[in-house]
Amino acid sequence: MQNNLIVSPTALGLAVLLVLIALIINFKEHIGLQKDIIIGVVRAVIQLTVVGYVLTYIIKVDRVWLTLLMVAIIIFNAAYNARGRANGIPHAFVISLVAISVATLLTLVMLIIAHAIAFIPSQVVPITGMIASNVMVATGLCYRAMNSSFHDQRQAVLEKLALGADLKQASISIVRAAIRTGMSPTIDSAKTVGLVSLPGMMSGLIFAGVDPTKAIMYQIMVTFMLLGATSLGSVIACYAAYKQFYNADLQLR
Amino acid sequence: MTTIFDLHDVAYAPEQQPILQAINLTVETGEFLTITGPSGSGKSTLLRLLATLLTPTSGTIEYAGKPQGDYDKVTYRREVSYCFQQPSLFGETVADNLAFPFAIRKQDFDEDKAKEALGWVDLPATMLNKKITSLSGGEKQRIALIRNLLFSPRVLLLDEVTTGLDSDTKDIVHRLIRDLNAKGMTIIAITHDEGEIAAADALVDIVAGRLEAHHAK
Repeated sequence: MQNNLIVSPTALGLAVLLVLIALIINFKEHIGLQKDIIIGVVRAVIQLTVVGYVLTYIIKVDRVWLTLLMVAIIIFNAAYNARGRANGIPHAFVISLVAISVATLLTLVMLIIAHAIAFIPSQVVPITGMIASNVMVATGLCYRAMNSSFHDQRQAVLEKLALGADLKQASISIVRAAIRTGMSPTIDSAKTVGLVSLPGMMSGLIFAGVDPTKAIMYQIMVTFMLLGATSLGSVIACYAAYKQFYNADLQLR
Repeated sequence: MTTIFDLHDVAYAPEQQPILQAINLTVETGEFLTITGPSGSGKSTLLRLLATLLTPTSGTIEYAGKPQGDYDKVTYRREVSYCFQQPSLFGETVADNLAFPFAIRKQDFDEDKAKEALGWVDLPATMLNKKITSLSGGEKQRIALIRNLLFSPRVLLLDEVTTGLDSDTKDIVHRLIRDLNAKGMTIIAITHDEGEIAAADALVDIVAGRLEAHHAK
């Protein structure tokens, strides 16, 4: 099998044409996302270039503390980004940090104990990124769902409080719906994996020349891992976040 | 008679926006107090303060001889029950709503008690399994009312609960409330209804956030 895994600068330059197509469509159709596309492209180039060099260094020196530092940085960034989607929920950063840390680290430890991955930077860092980014998206969706439900169902929540419900009893239907929302992309992708999408991990292995039947074993592991991690992260984030919609007198803020 | 509510200089002015000012009011146990006044004058705010759904920005509210703040909020709200104007019903069926007061007390749903409660407001026991989307406004209001009454609160706070009801349904609600009051339940009701104002035992006017007059009969 021939592996042409090197993307030349010329090929990358030609790929810029695809970005130009997206920009032209945006411009012609007055969609208004031109600025976001340009910022996204510039950020992707800078971030990926930096991370490429950082990963090369981390893999080369292969130090435990450096690998753990990279894991911590990924989790911190994921929590910071999830907080950005919380739209004013108090303590959203701390809640996100706890949810993403617990979900990511627990999943990571289980994978290492099960020898599904080895504790080497070339495996730990990409898997951490994969888990943390999925949990970040899930917690962000949870926050958005909670904000909108507490807004739309304000009257019902007030009535439950007035009837003598405690905070959990007044919020539980909203919390459950938010957890469902947070988990739905992972569940949807688990349902369609292989049929609609060939996910990154599996595609990467096939690109690298691994037998597809072996690549799917990894993908199955990734699917299970993401299901576990996003459900854990969503539950922790939602159960910690719903209390932030109330004050100390058990009243809606 | 003992005092159940004692309000001293109660004000509610979130972010320096005065909604209620200098409210001094005493309500006796078993009293039926009617509150009236123009829309936006602060009547609902006063009821929400009594229900602990809001906290006064100054002044004190005493309930049964102790400051409101001394009570556990959940226990308090089960004793002092606030029934909303245009209530929202939960879940899918009437049973979901009448099961809620049992669920929050961690008790099994007593269907017989719920059917009996439907009878208090002239609704048939068969209504229990009816979808809430198929109910009329008057039926919804009556179900919300008995949702508050299943565990016999000590005080019932009614926020214009008869507004928009036809005269027959109003009569049913009036009869139930009078019965409860006769059995010793303290009732504090907001109304714009002239008949209810004329029939009031004790009447308070709230205008522009201030208590204007207190007529006891």
